[in-house]
Amino acid sequence: MNHLIVPRVMAKIMIPFILLYAFYVQFHGDYSPGGGFQAGVIFAAAVILYTLIFRVAEAERAVRPSAVRVIGALGLLLYAGVGVVTLFKGGAYLEYGVLKHDPVHGQHLGILLVELGVGVCVAAIMISIFYAFVDFLRAQ
Amino acid sequence: MTTLVTVLLLAMLAGTAITIARVRGVFVAVMLTGIYSLLSASWMLVLDAPDVAFTEAAVGAGVATVLMLSALALTTNQERRPDRPTILPLVVVVLTGSVLVYGTLDLPSIGDPLAPAQQHVVPRYLHESPHEIHIPNVVTSVLASYRGYDTLGETTVIFTAGLGVIMILGGAQQVLSWQRSRRREDEEGAIELDDYTAAPLPEPRDPIRPEHGWDARGEAAASGGEGAGDDEGAAPEEDA
Repeated sequence: MNHLIVPRVMAKIMIPFILLYAFYVQFHGDYSPGGGFQAGVIFAAAVILYTLIFRVAEAERAVRPSAVRVIGALGLLLYAGVGVVTLFKGGAYLEYGVLKHDPVHGQHLGILLVELGVGVCVAAIMISIFYAFVDFLRAQ
Repeated sequence: MTTLVTVLLLAMLAGTAITIARVRGVFVAVMLTGIYSLLSASWMLVLDAPDVAFTEAAVGAGVATVLMLSALALTTNQERRPDRPTILPLVVVVLTGSVLVYGTLDLPSIGDPLAPAQQHVVPRYLHESPHEIHIPNVVTSVLASYRGYDTLGETTVIFTAGLGVIMILGGAQQVLSWQRSRRREDEEGAIELDDYTAAPLPEPRDPIRPEHGWDARGEAAASGGEGAGDDEGAAPEEDA
């Protein structure tokens, strides 16, 4: 493991910033390029980097595979659920305008929630796919 | 200047693509697809599509390369040489390519304001988005609000694809571990080879098998205390 000392130190410094950048891309998507999809992929890349540099067991302790799968489903449910809420509020499916009194604020809230759902789902699914490969390789 | 960069990028893209097609080492091909993604991300940036470039760089050059490498670990890293001559595929590819290029001759040029794509709903999105949604990045308002159904569908596709990979790899893992336990018992001589091949494929998770195997091993370990040489003979009798 000694030959990995430079990548390990670099990863320790970089991973928090990669995660922070993912959140920036997620919540700043209204103003700059990016959004839920890109943020989710960047977040997943940080976790994958952690798994590659440190041991898989440590990564699995930090980000549990079983939890990741549930979280991925919850992200998709959040997106679809926003549509159901707008239905109950008297609008069309995914018509965010009815979420709040002011239609523009409703649009903001709806887009924020929907992008969050996309980000969470994409990040969780990418991590899950990587874990599935790692699991399979470990079993061989 | 932009033309020069575009021509340079496209030439490098074409070169990378041809190299990917010609190279036999799969590992090299995977790394080259990463480079291809990075080059196309730069090209998207030249075309003023930073959102697409961002996605291409993050997915194509980043995560997809890692996933391809992990998939590569499950297979060989040398492509087999084709046992038939490759003239016919080459002809088909060249013909298809020339038809596609011929088709682009009728398309409007990039950024043409009179192109049908710019005439349909784009003016409405561009003019109304600041009042209706009030978000500076129109791409986000189109993706998340105007085209919310599409994005929901795309997210579902990603979710389903992920589930598919997890289930295929998880199922294959179960089959592998089952085969391994079968092979171990086979080596111990517990099952005749004829039974092994004639029997229909049992469920990957056989509730009896692990217990049984554990039992047999426990017996073997117990008898191992008395005499190590007896193990080979003791196990088959136990199963029969």
